[in-house]
Amino acid sequence: MKTLALALASLILTAGPVAAQSHDHSSHTAPVQAPAPDPHAGHDMSGMRMAPAAAPAQTPAPDPHAGHHMSHGAAADPHAGHDMSGMQTAPAAASAPTSAPDPHAGHHMNHGAATADPHAGHDMGGAASAIPDIPTSADAVGGRLVQASPPPGALAGPAHAADLLFDPSVMAAARRQLLAENGDVRTTAVKIDALEAGFGDGADSYSWKAQGWTGGDINRFWWKTEGEGVFNGRLHDAEVQALYSRAVAPFWDVQAGVRQDFRPDGKDTTYLTAGVQGVAPYWFEVSAAAFLSTRGDLTARVEAEYDLRLTQKWILQPSVEAALSASDTPELQLGSGLTSVKAGLRLRYEIRKAFAPYVGVEWGRSFGDTADYARAHGGAADDTRLVVGIRAWF
Amino acid sequence: MSIPNLDRRTLLRGAVAGGGLLGLQGLTPAWAQTVSPGLRSDLPTLNGPNIDLTVGHSPFTVGGRTGHAFTVNGLLPAPLLRMREGQNVRLSVTNTLDEDTSIHWHGLLLPFQMDGVPGVSFPGIRPRETFVYEFPIKQSGTYWYHSHSGMQEAMGHFGPIVIDPAGVDPVAYDREHVLVLSDWSFLHPHQILDKLKKSPGYFNRQRTTVAGLLDGSDRMSLSERRMWGAMRMDPRDILDVSGATYTYLVNGHGPQENWTGLFRPGERVRLRIINASAMSIFNVRIPGLAMTVVQADGENVRPVEVDEFQISVAETYDVIVRPTEDRAYTIVSEAIDSSGMGRATLAPRPGMTAEVPPLRQTPNLTMADMGMGGMNHDAMGHGAMDHASMGHGDMAGMDHSAQAASSPMSMDHSGMNMRDPSKAPANMAVGVGVDAIAMAPANRLAERPQGLQDVDHRVLVYADLRALTPNRDTRPPSRSLEIHLTGNMERFMWGFDGRKFSELVEPIRFELNERVRVTLVNDTMMAHPIHLHGHFFELVNGHDGHQPLKHTVNVAPGSKVTFDLTADAPGDWAFHCHLLMHMHAGMFNVVTVRPLEGAAS
Repeated sequence: MKTLALALASLILTAGPVAAQSHDHSSHTAPVQAPAPDPHAGHDMSGMRMAPAAAPAQTPAPDPHAGHHMSHGAAADPHAGHDMSGMQTAPAAASAPTSAPDPHAGHHMNHGAATADPHAGHDMGGAASAIPDIPTSADAVGGRLVQASPPPGALAGPAHAADLLFDPSVMAAARRQLLAENGDVRTTAVKIDALEAGFGDGADSYSWKAQGWTGGDINRFWWKTEGEGVFNGRLHDAEVQALYSRAVAPFWDVQAGVRQDFRPDGKDTTYLTAGVQGVAPYWFEVSAAAFLSTRGDLTARVEAEYDLRLTQKWILQPSVEAALSASDTPELQLGSGLTSVKAGLRLRYEIRKAFAPYVGVEWGRSFGDTADYARAHGGAADDTRLVVGIRAWF
Repeated sequence: MSIPNLDRRTLLRGAVAGGGLLGLQGLTPAWAQTVSPGLRSDLPTLNGPNIDLTVGHSPFTVGGRTGHAFTVNGLLPAPLLRMREGQNVRLSVTNTLDEDTSIHWHGLLLPFQMDGVPGVSFPGIRPRETFVYEFPIKQSGTYWYHSHSGMQEAMGHFGPIVIDPAGVDPVAYDREHVLVLSDWSFLHPHQILDKLKKSPGYFNRQRTTVAGLLDGSDRMSLSERRMWGAMRMDPRDILDVSGATYTYLVNGHGPQENWTGLFRPGERVRLRIINASAMSIFNVRIPGLAMTVVQADGENVRPVEVDEFQISVAETYDVIVRPTEDRAYTIVSEAIDSSGMGRATLAPRPGMTAEVPPLRQTPNLTMADMGMGGMNHDAMGHGAMDHASMGHGDMAGMDHSAQAASSPMSMDHSGMNMRDPSKAPANMAVGVGVDAIAMAPANRLAERPQGLQDVDHRVLVYADLRALTPNRDTRPPSRSLEIHLTGNMERFMWGFDGRKFSELVEPIRFELNERVRVTLVNDTMMAHPIHLHGHFFELVNGHDGHQPLKHTVNVAPGSKVTFDLTADAPGDWAFHCHLLMHMHAGMFNVVTVRPLEGAAS
């Protein structure tokens, strides 16, 4: 599983979404060892396209009724197959458009085909010969292209033409609905990332992890919950987060809100939380959040997972999660620094895209003082469990 | 299997006046019955000048399963409207639904208030209301009509329009058939959109996999995968909604039902093909028969003979075929991601079938689809780039894209800025809704469309289209306008210039009779069929003076398309991507043409 190793390696390198995001904006370093760029490269296609274009001429079966009675002109364009690349390059060279691009751009190259064709209806050739290459912003130099304003007449009223013919208040209601139906899509999602049973050295355990949202594309109410416990025993811990989530970049949301922990030992804790969640390059699903408890303790959590599609339905999902603490917090049995790491590997089968049972292993280890706390409470510093569960969303 | 008999025809004729009775004839209109002899004049048609249409609910059965459809006069597709250029038509549309409805006459030139877009041209048709559309028919050709409300179009609310020319038809034919292509899902379109919002790859069951890497069936190297992964883009994201949920229909018939059109060997048969799909672009072929394309979007073009063509959503193509043998032919309309196909048959007699070809391999997206097809124009001049944009046509080899990807260029991708705002006009919003900006969009009008790069027969390209008659307005454009088609695939957000329509965008403003050159730049890696209401625009494809007129143009991924527009229809007009879910997700705007002088009222 080279890919997997690579995945995990680059995951660590990525070290959080913000760094990952910067990939996205990194500039044109890319010196390419490609062969000397042929200025005509890519243009040849017009020549090549000639073949299909001119092809009808090869089938001189035109029936006298043939569509438009043009069979007599069936001779291929004398220029068919000529290398048009030079012609096409011209507009490219003439690119660097200004706010008032030449309306004729590209047209001159049509060697006479320009303007009213005297042979209208007879000229059977020349298909696809010289398509004017109209420059765009991508060809502009020296800043973003500013478009020409519409002429004054275009700004004449009324604002809404239909208001002249229909009741303006009825039209206004129809416009509101039009707005809602063309972009303002609201969704409510529930994603159960894991609902599983674990089997290891200790008691058989259960755990869950789920999240969901409701809202539009940019602003959403987001919630998350996770927890674990042992069968026939007590809940070990559970947490719920209620967040405001805002899309800030194509692949990233920032989230802020509160987190409430529930622990059977009564040490329930409330936190303020802020974080980011999104998709890093190479399709790593990443989230990172910091938590400030009402007692002033600062902790953080970074998670990442990756879906490796073995087939359309069998998907192997490696995941890692690291927890950190800024201070020694005996009440929560946390030492400062890296407190714990969890790594999982789950193999799921998507019976449907939104419903998949899985099996996997999860390994967890606590470090430093956190490990000592665990040992002091009769636990182990590391733990490996076989897990079986389902993943679903709706 | 019933060829309409006299009684049925009589009943239908009577029903034309009182549309309510039409439900009696069953869900499929006569011209789309399982076996159709074609559109002869003795077959029932609704041809006005007074036409009554009733929008309602109907059960619809395909492949042995029954679902709920929105229909017109109880039919799916809706009745064929056959009219003549120069006549006036009065269409009374009655809404029997519990929700609003509307009918947009796609491609027809008419006063803006008759265009049928709620919130733009009129308020919509409320439940139990009748709205009367009345306008003169000023054109001829093959068109269609559909709801512009509540995604009803995805549930059956669409039908064909054929307008005969006032004079002699330059296209000669002995028989004609209308083929309405569509996509049917038992999922409600709002559920489909909901799933796409939560999981944009939900309907994609053809993604690259480790298995496909190991056995080579993905035709994509590890380095190429890494490059796509680095961009967080899916090289198999061809169509958002696929054959995983869609049954592809021809005239309301699934592949099993096999709609069959009859012919007599030797006849010239005109096929009027309409893509009334919500989300599906098709590659259309009839193995064993060459097709001569004579019309596109209702406008005559210089005949061009091909073996296959792509028809994007909302486009129409008329082709002439001349089967000479006494055998059946399969009409294949294969979704461009090869996830499924529509199938129909042309046969001399009912009951005959021909071989149905297997689905093709799923295509992989290329460098050109990423907006790098025009790379060679760029100062960076990456030589390797043009592999992807180069003619795949005559090179029989299969793996151009793979070659391009394994070239040194592909390795350097992550270092390139795939979202550089300087590659977009100053008025474009580069925010969450824009996951990429084409670095070097290429004009791909001469390139074979998606899924057809490597087929070894003749394929129609946009550059082949040449208007039969000279363009009327020969003025040079007085202004240029650049509009970017933008999106965020991961969030399923779509828009123009980085904005969803719901974000209160400025309309696109034209002065009456202004001649404008509009360039659409597709910053996304998906094709978008862009439709302008109330106008035809001239595709700038090299046929100066005979630029083909279109109402809908498919803008290939990462490409640019330029059209010249004479804004001669005063009023407000919708302008949008005709992939219904893209429109619903925000790829929509209003075009205003002012002043309103001359606007019929």
